[in-house]
Amino acid sequence: MSDDDRQLLDLVTAGDEAAFAALVRRYSPRLLRLAETIVPTRAVAEEVVQDTWLGVVRGVHRFEGRSSFKTWLFRILVNRARSTARKEPRTASLDASRADVLEDRFDAHGAWRQPPVQWSDEVDDRIVAERLAARVKESLGGLPEAQRRVVLLRDVEGLTAAETCELLGINDGHQRVLLHRGRAQVRTVLEAEMGRV
Amino acid sequence: MASSRFSRWIARLSGRLPGRRALVCRQAVQLMSEYLDGVLAPADHARLEEHLAACPHCSEHLAQLRATLRTLGRVEPDDLDPAALDDLVALYRQWRAG
Repeated sequence: MSDDDRQLLDLVTAGDEAAFAALVRRYSPRLLRLAETIVPTRAVAEEVVQDTWLGVVRGVHRFEGRSSFKTWLFRILVNRARSTARKEPRTASLDASRADVLEDRFDAHGAWRQPPVQWSDEVDDRIVAERLAARVKESLGGLPEAQRRVVLLRDVEGLTAAETCELLGINDGHQRVLLHRGRAQVRTVLEAEMGRV
Repeated sequence: MASSRFSRWIARLSGRLPGRRALVCRQAVQLMSEYLDGVLAPADHARLEEHLAACPHCSEHLAQLRATLRTLGRVEPDDLDPAALDDLVALYRQWRAG
């Protein structure tokens, strides 16, 4: 865990309000983003985040620093979001996404029918990179929730596969499939944004 | 004769087929996410690299996936609503007092 988180946590344990506010500012938006993939509405997600922070202040003395603070925090959130989601289930949304977004781009033999047009060498320009990150952020909401959770934890938050599986209670094979599909969808968003479809 | 059987066996073990089919592009694309995570089985890893060396389209696709991961890593969360922060700090204060 980052030294900075450790210091802030020590201060929180000692009753430092400013340190608590700093942690909340740093992590609440991330918690909210994750909660929204589990519970039905933004309002419920906000309650879950609040509840998570309560869990943190009550349990901070039990945090042993074996995992990162972020992973510990996410674990509290996921547990609370899950138990809330059982009480307030999502309206089942039809998962309209195709399993494989690229399927029609191959011919019957599996060769490219519509090969990717080159743009990968243009995305590291700072202005382009910022624009793409903003576009990807908007588009994450359109991913099916199971894919969104895995993409968020792995590629946005940088958790390991093992941490992600443990948090979400899924096996590694399932995690890999969701990640493959989610990344493939996000790639098509970039492709469209680069005007290359 | 025995030696040609032996060399076929060695070739198969080392993943450079005869006897095993090369990947088609669709299969190569299916393996890329796990390739980027470094979790492909060695035989698939070798087959994918062999395919990439010969296929500019799949190489570009892989480069695009890498760019996708870099972009995802740049996605920032929203700023926190100041009212939500105030509520949480109030909660903390209450908890400290109680």
